[in-house]
Amino acid sequence: MRITQGCFSFLPDLTDDQISAQIDYCLGRGWAIGVEWTDEPHPRNTFWEMWGNPMFDLRDAKGVMMELDACRTANPDSYIRLIAFDDTRGIESVTMSFIVHRPKVEARLRMTRTEVDGRAIRYAHEVVR
Amino acid sequence: MEDAVEARPETVDLQAEYQASGLAEVLEELDRELIGLAPVKARIRETAALLLVEKARRMMGLAQEAPTLHMSFTGNPGTGKTTVALKMAGILKRLGYVRKGHLVSVTRDDLVGQYIGHTAPKTREVLKRAMGGVLFIDEAYYLYRPDNERDYGQEAIEILLQVMENNRDDLVVILAGYADRMDTFFNANPGFRSRIAHHIEFPDYTDDELLRIVEHILGGQNYTLSAGARTAMADYIRLRRAQPHFANARSIRNALDRARLRQANRLFETATGALDARALSLIDESDIRASRVFQGGLAHERAPSAGDPA
Repeated sequence: MRITQGCFSFLPDLTDDQISAQIDYCLGRGWAIGVEWTDEPHPRNTFWEMWGNPMFDLRDAKGVMMELDACRTANPDSYIRLIAFDDTRGIESVTMSFIVHRPKVEARLRMTRTEVDGRAIRYAHEVVR
Repeated sequence: MEDAVEARPETVDLQAEYQASGLAEVLEELDRELIGLAPVKARIRETAALLLVEKARRMMGLAQEAPTLHMSFTGNPGTGKTTVALKMAGILKRLGYVRKGHLVSVTRDDLVGQYIGHTAPKTREVLKRAMGGVLFIDEAYYLYRPDNERDYGQEAIEILLQVMENNRDDLVVILAGYADRMDTFFNANPGFRSRIAHHIEFPDYTDDELLRIVEHILGGQNYTLSAGARTAMADYIRLRRAQPHFANARSIRNALDRARLRQANRLFETATGALDARALSLIDESDIRASRVFQGGLAHERAPSAGDPA
């Protein structure tokens, strides 16, 4: 099951060139870029593991690509996303986020319905492999 | 796929390429703003010509390998190494050899860490910042400390060498420092010597050139020298050169800053009425003659013959 989170997730996977172009766009607008990874792509799991600190004073996409390659090598079977932070409001707010790496076999999300309190229904989602 | 079938041009007009790249602008700027340094300018022109031809060859499919562009700038302090590096970044950008054309200027402190495991991330951080531009390592020989074999500088050197080899398309490294110590550095690290294609030497400025630099700096700041001050400045340059810690243009720039200070002080103390623009921008002979250089330098550095008992 293809996990869809952030930008471009309904498109085919981005190639490295396309990722570089997106990073250049972000850097051109003065955004800082962070690399994050997780093995648990639950939609409520917003805090992924940080791969180093966000990179603040880069000028070229190559710097991010180096970190991304290092992260891919270290975590080949996980999700990796790039996050762009915009500081124009005085705080580093996430302004763009997209998945750049997926495990070979993606996790599935299973929904369970529970009937409670008469006919009311509770929904729960969990990640299954 | 599309690149492969795209028709290659049969001829290349180097002049047109030269104009289109905007290279002429940078080279003219180099001539206009940098006084003296004739051998450096000649080398830069040669390098630029080589890169232009290389670019043309690439367009016609004759060259595959990107040329090695790492350089070393050797010369005494204040001979314009950093300034030229900045221009070099502009030249490389216009020729399309670096993507962004910014200059990241670092010294040993920015590359080498304090404890085990600190150096590699620090060096990588700097390299990431320099990607797409030029990495300028000032006083590069401090990276290598032969007296301490466990010095972390060696680790930085290894990472640098690796990146200089593998990321040749992504960044250009310029090492700078004094000529003799750079020689020792290259002898101790043969890997660097073989990875650096262009060794450019920066000669010391002559007295005439320094005087022209004075006028150039003052012109940029809207100051003028009186005729007496000009002679005093020529004397100053001659005397300063013989004294310790002479740093070419940098010494001169500092001397001018102090002369402006004295000029302001003089105006403040002597002026009684309204001052016009000319008075505010004129540096007088007394402003320069008051320098300690005319008494033989700093008190503790003076030669004993200068008649100072202390």
